[in-house]
Amino acid sequence: MNIRKIVTFVEETRLEMGHVVDPAARRAATVAVIENPFAGVFVEDLTELVSMGEELGSLLSERTVRALGVPPNAVESYGKAAAVGENGELEHAAALLHPKFGAPVRKLLGKAAAIIPSSKKRGGLGVALDIPLGHKAAAFVRSHFDGMEVRVNDAPRANEIMVALAFTTSGRPLPRVGGLTKQEIKGDDGLR
Amino acid sequence: MRKELIVLEEIFHEGGPRAAVPLRRAAAITVIHNPFAGTYVPEIAGFMDDLKPFGLQMARRLIGALGGDTGAIEGYGKGAIVGASGEIEHGALWHVPGGYAMREMLGNAKAIVPSAKKVGGPGTRLDVPITHINASYVRSHFDAMEVGLADAPRNDEMVLVLVMTTGPRVHARVGGLKASEIEGKDGLR
Repeated sequence: MNIRKIVTFVEETRLEMGHVVDPAARRAATVAVIENPFAGVFVEDLTELVSMGEELGSLLSERTVRALGVPPNAVESYGKAAAVGENGELEHAAALLHPKFGAPVRKLLGKAAAIIPSSKKRGGLGVALDIPLGHKAAAFVRSHFDGMEVRVNDAPRANEIMVALAFTTSGRPLPRVGGLTKQEIKGDDGLR
Repeated sequence: MRKELIVLEEIFHEGGPRAAVPLRRAAAITVIHNPFAGTYVPEIAGFMDDLKPFGLQMARRLIGALGGDTGAIEGYGKGAIVGASGEIEHGALWHVPGGYAMREMLGNAKAIVPSAKKVGGPGTRLDVPITHINASYVRSHFDAMEVGLADAPRNDEMVLVLVMTTGPRVHARVGGLKASEIEGKDGLR
Protein backbone atom coordinates (compact mmCIF):
# COMPACT_ATOMS: atom_id res chain seq x y z
CA MET A 1 0.00 0.00 0.00
CA ASN A 2 1.41 3.39 -1.03
CA ILE A 3 0.57 5.90 1.72
CA ARG A 4 1.46 9.48 0.81
CA LYS A 5 0.50 11.13 4.06
CA ILE A 6 -1.29 10.61 7.36
CA VAL A 7 -3.11 13.47 9.10
CA THR A 8 -4.39 13.36 12.67
CA PHE A 9 -6.92 15.72 14.25
CA VAL A 10 -7.58 15.96 18.00
CA GLU A 11 -10.45 18.18 19.10
CA GLU A 12 -11.36 19.15 22.64
CA THR A 13 -14.54 21.12 23.39
CA ARG A 14 -14.58 22.82 26.78
CA LEU A 15 -17.45 25.29 26.43
CA GLU A 16 -20.70 25.12 24.51
CA MET A 17 -23.03 28.13 24.53
CA GLY A 18 -21.33 29.39 27.65
CA HIS A 19 -21.74 26.12 29.57
CA VAL A 20 -18.65 24.33 30.79
CA VAL A 21 -18.31 20.86 29.29
CA ASP A 22 -16.83 18.74 32.07
CA PRO A 23 -15.14 16.46 31.28
CA ALA A 24 -14.31 18.14 27.97
CA ALA A 25 -15.74 16.43 24.87
CA ARG A 26 -12.76 14.90 23.08
CA ARG A 27 -12.61 13.32 19.66
CA ALA A 28 -9.90 12.44 17.20
CA ALA A 29 -9.71 11.46 13.55
CA THR A 30 -6.91 10.02 11.47
CA VAL A 31 -6.85 10.28 7.70
CA ALA A 32 -4.59 8.23 5.43
CA VAL A 33 -4.05 9.42 1.86
CA ILE A 34 -3.25 6.41 -0.33
CA GLU A 35 -2.66 5.71 -3.99
CA ASN A 36 -5.68 4.14 -5.70
CA PRO A 37 -4.31 1.08 -7.51
CA PHE A 38 -7.40 1.00 -9.77
CA ALA A 39 -7.55 4.69 -10.76
CA GLY A 40 -8.63 5.23 -14.33
CA VAL A 41 -9.56 1.65 -15.17
CA PHE A 42 -12.53 -0.58 -14.43
CA VAL A 43 -11.36 -3.61 -12.47
CA GLU A 44 -13.91 -6.25 -11.54
CA ASP A 45 -12.05 -7.83 -8.62
CA LEU A 46 -11.44 -5.38 -5.78
CA THR A 47 -9.71 -7.83 -3.42
CA GLU A 48 -6.54 -5.74 -3.27
CA LEU A 49 -8.51 -2.79 -1.85
CA VAL A 50 -10.28 -5.08 0.61
CA SER A 51 -6.91 -6.18 2.01
CA MET A 52 -5.72 -2.59 2.16
CA GLY A 53 -8.88 -1.81 4.13
CA GLU A 54 -7.93 -4.38 6.74
CA GLU A 55 -4.45 -2.91 7.06
CA LEU A 56 -5.89 0.60 7.33
CA GLY A 57 -8.40 -0.46 9.99
CA SER A 58 -5.51 -1.55 12.13
CA LEU A 59 -3.20 1.40 11.40
CA LEU A 60 -5.85 4.11 11.75
CA SER A 61 -7.39 2.71 14.94
CA GLU A 62 -3.99 2.47 16.66
CA ARG A 63 -3.07 6.00 15.63
CA THR A 64 -6.41 7.46 16.66
CA VAL A 65 -6.34 5.87 20.11
CA ARG A 66 -2.77 7.11 20.57
CA ALA A 67 -3.84 10.61 19.52
CA LEU A 68 -6.55 10.62 22.21
CA GLY A 69 -4.05 9.38 24.78
CA VAL A 70 -6.52 6.98 26.42
CA PRO A 71 -6.70 3.19 26.78
CA PRO A 72 -8.59 1.62 23.84
CA ASN A 73 -11.56 0.61 26.01
CA ALA A 74 -12.15 4.29 26.91
CA VAL A 75 -13.24 5.01 23.34
CA GLU A 76 -17.03 5.45 23.32
CA SER A 77 -18.05 6.17 19.74
CA TYR A 78 -16.66 5.70 16.29
CA GLY A 79 -17.17 6.33 12.59
CA LYS A 80 -15.39 5.97 9.26
CA ALA A 81 -15.41 7.64 5.86
CA ALA A 82 -13.60 7.74 2.54
CA ALA A 83 -13.25 10.17 -0.35
CA VAL A 84 -12.20 8.82 -3.73
CA GLY A 85 -10.27 11.05 -6.14
CA GLU A 86 -11.81 11.81 -9.52
CA ASN A 87 -10.23 8.87 -11.37
CA GLY A 88 -11.72 6.31 -8.98
CA GLU A 89 -15.07 4.72 -8.28
CA LEU A 90 -17.30 4.97 -5.25
CA GLU A 91 -17.05 1.19 -5.14
CA HIS A 92 -13.34 1.55 -4.33
CA ALA A 93 -14.31 3.35 -1.12
CA ALA A 94 -16.77 0.57 -0.37
CA ALA A 95 -14.07 -2.09 -0.82
CA LEU A 96 -11.78 -0.28 1.60
CA LEU A 97 -14.39 0.48 4.25
CA HIS A 98 -16.84 -2.39 4.43
CA PRO A 99 -15.56 -5.97 4.12
CA LYS A 100 -12.50 -6.05 6.43
CA PHE A 101 -11.87 -2.56 7.84
CA GLY A 102 -13.97 -3.01 10.98
CA ALA A 103 -12.54 -6.21 12.46
CA PRO A 104 -9.17 -4.79 13.60
CA VAL A 105 -10.95 -1.69 14.93
CA ARG A 106 -13.29 -3.80 17.08
CA LYS A 107 -10.47 -6.05 18.19
CA LEU A 108 -8.52 -3.07 19.47
CA LEU A 109 -11.43 -1.36 21.24
CA GLY A 110 -13.19 -4.38 22.76
CA LYS A 111 -16.97 -4.52 23.36
CA ALA A 112 -17.64 -2.82 20.03
CA ALA A 113 -20.63 -4.68 18.65
CA ALA A 114 -22.33 -1.73 16.96
CA ILE A 115 -22.11 -1.04 13.27
CA ILE A 116 -19.41 1.51 12.44
CA PRO A 117 -21.36 4.30 10.75
CA SER A 118 -19.84 5.42 7.47
CA SER A 119 -20.01 7.92 4.64
CA LYS A 120 -18.29 8.06 1.31
CA LYS A 121 -18.04 10.36 -1.66
CA ARG A 122 -15.99 11.22 -4.69
CA GLY A 123 -14.28 14.58 -4.64
CA GLY A 124 -11.35 16.80 -5.42
CA LEU A 125 -8.59 18.34 -3.33
CA GLY A 126 -9.78 19.73 -0.01
CA VAL A 127 -13.16 18.00 -0.12
CA ALA A 128 -14.81 17.89 3.33
CA LEU A 129 -15.53 14.47 4.81
CA ASP A 130 -18.29 14.40 7.41
CA ILE A 131 -17.53 11.26 9.40
CA PRO A 132 -20.73 10.00 11.07
CA LEU A 133 -20.35 8.91 14.69
CA GLY A 134 -22.24 6.36 16.77
CA HIS A 135 -21.72 4.53 20.08
CA LYS A 136 -19.44 1.50 19.66
CA ALA A 137 -21.57 -0.87 21.78
CA ALA A 138 -25.12 0.18 20.89
CA ALA A 139 -26.07 2.04 17.73
CA PHE A 140 -29.19 3.55 19.30
CA VAL A 141 -27.45 5.56 22.04
CA ARG A 142 -28.80 8.98 21.12
CA SER A 143 -26.25 11.11 23.01
CA HIS A 144 -23.49 9.77 20.76
CA PHE A 145 -25.03 10.47 17.33
CA ASP A 146 -22.66 13.04 15.92
CA GLY A 147 -20.40 13.88 13.00
CA MET A 148 -16.88 15.20 12.62
CA GLU A 149 -15.75 17.20 9.63
CA VAL A 150 -12.20 16.69 8.39
CA ARG A 151 -10.39 17.83 5.29
CA VAL A 152 -6.89 17.76 3.88
CA ASN A 153 -6.25 20.63 1.49
CA ASP A 154 -4.03 18.67 -0.94
CA ALA A 155 -6.05 15.44 -1.08
CA PRO A 156 -7.44 13.42 -2.68
CA ARG A 157 -5.57 13.90 -5.92
CA ALA A 158 -7.18 12.24 -8.95
CA ASN A 159 -5.45 8.89 -8.36
CA GLU A 160 -5.78 8.87 -4.59
CA ILE A 161 -8.25 7.86 -1.89
CA MET A 162 -8.49 9.34 1.58
CA VAL A 163 -9.66 7.00 4.30
CA ALA A 164 -10.68 8.36 7.70
CA LEU A 165 -11.49 6.90 11.10
CA ALA A 166 -12.81 8.90 14.08
CA PHE A 167 -13.06 7.99 17.77
CA THR A 168 -14.50 9.94 20.71
CA THR A 169 -14.35 9.52 24.46
CA SER A 170 -17.82 11.01 24.93
CA GLY A 171 -20.97 11.93 23.07
CA ARG A 172 -22.02 15.43 22.06
CA PRO A 173 -20.90 18.21 24.45
CA LEU A 174 -24.27 18.81 26.17
CA PRO A 175 -26.64 15.96 25.16
CA ARG A 176 -30.24 16.50 26.23
CA VAL A 177 -32.62 15.11 23.62
CA GLY A 178 -33.42 11.89 25.45
CA GLY A 179 -33.39 8.43 23.89
CA LEU A 180 -31.32 5.43 24.96
CA THR A 181 -28.51 6.45 27.33
CA LYS A 182 -25.13 4.76 27.56
CA GLN A 183 -25.97 3.56 31.08
CA GLU A 184 -28.90 1.58 29.63
CA ILE A 185 -26.86 -0.36 27.06
CA LYS A 186 -27.50 -4.10 27.14
CA GLY A 187 -24.82 -4.80 24.57
CA ASP A 188 -26.25 -8.03 23.17
CA ASP A 189 -27.00 -7.02 19.61
CA GLY A 190 -24.97 -3.87 18.92
CA LEU A 191 -28.20 -1.91 18.69
CA ARG A 192 -29.42 -1.29 22.28
CA MET B 1 -11.51 29.12 25.66
CA ARG B 2 -14.23 27.13 23.90
CA LYS B 3 -12.26 24.46 22.11
CA GLU B 4 -8.88 23.27 20.96
CA LEU B 5 -7.76 21.34 17.90
CA ILE B 6 -4.41 19.75 17.18
CA VAL B 7 -3.68 18.73 13.58
CA LEU B 8 -0.68 16.54 12.83
CA GLU B 9 0.42 15.75 9.28
CA GLU B 10 2.98 13.08 8.46
CA ILE B 11 4.12 13.32 4.84
CA PHE B 12 5.91 10.34 3.30
CA HIS B 13 6.18 11.55 -0.30
CA GLU B 14 4.43 13.71 -2.87
CA GLY B 15 4.81 11.56 -5.95
CA GLY B 16 8.62 11.41 -5.72
CA PRO B 17 11.02 9.28 -3.68
CA ARG B 18 9.79 8.22 -0.25
CA ALA B 19 11.44 10.37 2.47
CA ALA B 20 13.88 8.54 4.75
CA VAL B 21 12.38 10.55 7.61
CA PRO B 22 8.83 11.68 6.93
CA LEU B 23 8.13 15.42 7.19
CA ARG B 24 5.88 16.20 10.12
CA ARG B 25 3.83 19.37 10.44
CA ALA B 26 1.53 20.24 13.30
CA ALA B 27 -0.93 23.03 14.04
CA ALA B 28 -2.37 24.02 17.41
CA ILE B 29 -5.68 25.85 17.09
CA THR B 30 -7.49 27.49 20.01
CA VAL B 31 -10.93 29.10 19.88
CA ILE B 32 -11.41 31.90 22.41
CA HIS B 33 -13.98 34.58 23.15
CA ASN B 34 -13.11 37.97 21.64
CA PRO B 35 -13.67 40.45 24.49
CA PHE B 36 -13.76 43.39 22.02
CA ALA B 37 -16.42 41.95 19.68
CA GLY B 38 -19.21 44.31 18.69
CA THR B 39 -17.70 47.65 19.69
CA TYR B 40 -14.67 49.74 18.82
CA VAL B 41 -12.34 49.71 21.82
CA PRO B 42 -9.43 52.14 21.48
CA GLU B 43 -7.06 50.51 23.98
CA ILE B 44 -6.64 46.81 23.33
CA ALA B 45 -2.92 46.13 23.76
CA GLY B 46 -3.30 44.90 27.34
CA PHE B 47 -5.04 41.78 26.04
CA MET B 48 -1.68 40.54 24.72
CA ASP B 49 -0.77 39.64 28.31
CA ASP B 50 -3.93 37.53 28.59
CA LEU B 51 -2.93 35.67 25.44
CA LYS B 52 0.55 34.74 26.68
CA PRO B 53 -0.50 31.56 28.53
CA PHE B 54 -2.30 30.34 25.39
CA GLY B 55 0.85 30.88 23.34
CA LEU B 56 2.99 28.91 25.76
CA GLN B 57 0.49 26.08 26.12
CA MET B 58 -0.01 25.79 22.36
CA ALA B 59 3.75 25.82 21.70
CA ARG B 60 4.21 23.11 24.33
CA ARG B 61 1.49 20.99 22.76
CA LEU B 62 2.99 21.35 19.30
CA ILE B 63 6.40 20.23 20.48
CA GLY B 64 4.70 17.27 22.16
CA ALA B 65 2.72 16.40 19.02
CA LEU B 66 5.95 16.44 17.01
CA GLY B 67 7.71 14.01 19.34
CA GLY B 68 8.80 16.14 22.30
CA ASP B 69 12.28 17.13 21.07
CA THR B 70 12.65 20.90 20.55
CA GLY B 71 15.83 20.21 18.55
CA ALA B 72 13.71 18.53 15.87
CA ILE B 73 11.65 21.66 15.13
CA GLU B 74 12.89 23.48 12.02
CA GLY B 75 10.00 25.63 10.79
CA TYR B 76 7.22 27.73 12.29
CA GLY B 77 4.37 30.11 11.58
CA LYS B 78 1.33 31.67 13.19
CA GLY B 79 -2.06 33.09 12.35
CA ALA B 80 -5.46 34.22 13.55
CA ILE B 81 -9.03 34.27 12.28
CA VAL B 82 -11.25 36.93 13.85
CA GLY B 83 -15.03 36.39 13.94
CA ALA B 84 -17.34 38.80 12.12
CA SER B 85 -18.03 41.11 15.08
CA GLY B 86 -14.32 41.77 15.55
CA GLU B 87 -11.59 43.68 13.75
CA ILE B 88 -8.46 42.51 11.97
CA GLU B 89 -6.59 44.55 14.61
CA HIS B 90 -7.77 42.07 17.24
CA GLY B 91 -5.98 39.35 15.29
CA ALA B 92 -2.82 41.45 15.41
CA LEU B 93 -2.83 41.01 19.20
CA TRP B 94 -1.60 37.46 18.58
CA HIS B 95 1.74 38.48 17.01
CA VAL B 96 3.63 39.05 20.25
CA PRO B 97 2.27 36.32 22.56
CA GLY B 98 2.14 33.70 19.80
CA GLY B 99 5.50 34.49 18.27
CA TYR B 100 7.52 34.93 21.42
CA ALA B 101 6.08 31.81 23.03
CA MET B 102 7.43 29.67 20.19
CA ARG B 103 10.78 31.46 19.97
CA GLU B 104 11.27 31.12 23.71
CA MET B 105 10.39 27.45 23.83
CA LEU B 106 12.63 26.70 20.86
CA GLY B 107 15.70 28.19 22.54
CA ASN B 108 15.43 31.76 21.27
CA ALA B 109 14.86 30.96 17.63
CA LYS B 110 16.18 33.88 15.58
CA ALA B 111 13.87 34.33 12.61
CA ILE B 112 10.70 36.40 12.62
CA VAL B 113 7.64 34.14 12.85
CA PRO B 114 5.71 34.57 9.57
CA SER B 115 2.00 35.17 9.97
CA ALA B 116 -1.36 35.53 8.28
CA LYS B 117 -4.67 36.74 9.62
CA LYS B 118 -8.16 37.49 8.41
CA VAL B 119 -11.73 38.15 9.49
CA GLY B 120 -14.06 35.27 8.66
CA GLY B 121 -17.00 33.10 9.63
CA PRO B 122 -17.26 29.49 10.82
CA GLY B 123 -15.36 27.16 8.49
CA THR B 124 -12.99 29.85 7.23
CA ARG B 125 -9.69 28.35 6.13
CA LEU B 126 -6.39 30.09 6.84
CA ASP B 127 -3.11 29.41 5.04
CA VAL B 128 -0.53 29.77 7.79
CA PRO B 129 2.89 30.64 6.30
CA ILE B 130 5.94 28.72 7.49
CA THR B 131 9.65 29.58 7.40
CA HIS B 132 12.85 28.28 9.00
CA ILE B 133 13.10 29.14 12.71
CA ASN B 134 16.62 30.59 12.52
CA ALA B 135 16.89 32.12 9.04
CA SER B 136 13.94 33.50 7.10
CA TYR B 137 15.63 33.03 3.71
CA VAL B 138 16.08 29.26 3.86
CA ARG B 139 14.22 28.37 0.68
CA SER B 140 13.64 24.67 1.40
CA HIS B 141 11.54 25.56 4.44
CA PHE B 142 9.14 28.05 2.81
CA ASP B 143 5.83 26.31 3.24
CA ALA B 144 2.25 26.85 4.45
CA MET B 145 -0.34 24.79 6.28
CA GLU B 146 -4.05 25.23 5.71
CA VAL B 147 -6.14 25.07 8.87
CA GLY B 148 -9.72 25.73 9.90
CA LEU B 149 -12.63 24.52 12.01
CA ALA B 150 -16.15 23.82 10.77
CA ASP B 151 -17.78 25.63 13.73
CA ALA B 152 -15.43 28.55 14.38
CA PRO B 153 -14.97 31.43 14.65
CA ARG B 154 -18.44 32.50 15.70
CA ASN B 155 -19.15 36.26 15.60
CA ASP B 156 -17.66 36.96 18.99
CA GLU B 157 -14.72 34.57 18.83
CA MET B 158 -11.12 34.46 17.65
CA VAL B 159 -9.20 31.46 16.37
CA LEU B 160 -5.53 31.48 17.35
CA VAL B 161 -3.09 29.29 15.41
CA LEU B 162 0.53 28.20 15.85
CA VAL B 163 2.30 25.85 13.43
CA MET B 164 5.60 23.96 13.66
CA THR B 165 7.35 21.59 11.23
CA THR B 166 10.28 19.18 11.42
CA GLY B 167 11.97 19.92 8.12
CA PRO B 168 11.98 21.12 4.52
CA ARG B 169 9.22 20.46 1.96
CA VAL B 170 9.25 16.76 1.25
CA HIS B 171 10.76 17.08 -2.24
CA ALA B 172 12.51 20.48 -1.82
CA ARG B 173 14.75 21.12 -4.86
CA VAL B 174 14.57 24.74 -5.98
CA GLY B 175 17.94 25.90 -4.64
CA GLY B 176 18.49 29.05 -2.57
CA LEU B 177 19.93 29.30 0.93
CA LYS B 178 20.23 25.88 2.57
CA ALA B 179 19.63 25.12 6.25
CA SER B 180 23.26 23.92 6.39
CA GLU B 181 24.46 27.38 5.28
CA ILE B 182 22.72 29.44 8.00
CA GLU B 183 25.03 32.02 9.57
CA GLY B 184 22.54 32.67 12.35
CA LYS B 185 23.40 36.30 13.10
CA ASP B 186 20.38 38.25 11.98
CA GLY B 187 17.52 35.76 11.71
CA LEU B 188 17.52 36.23 7.95
CA ARG B 189 20.47 34.18 6.56
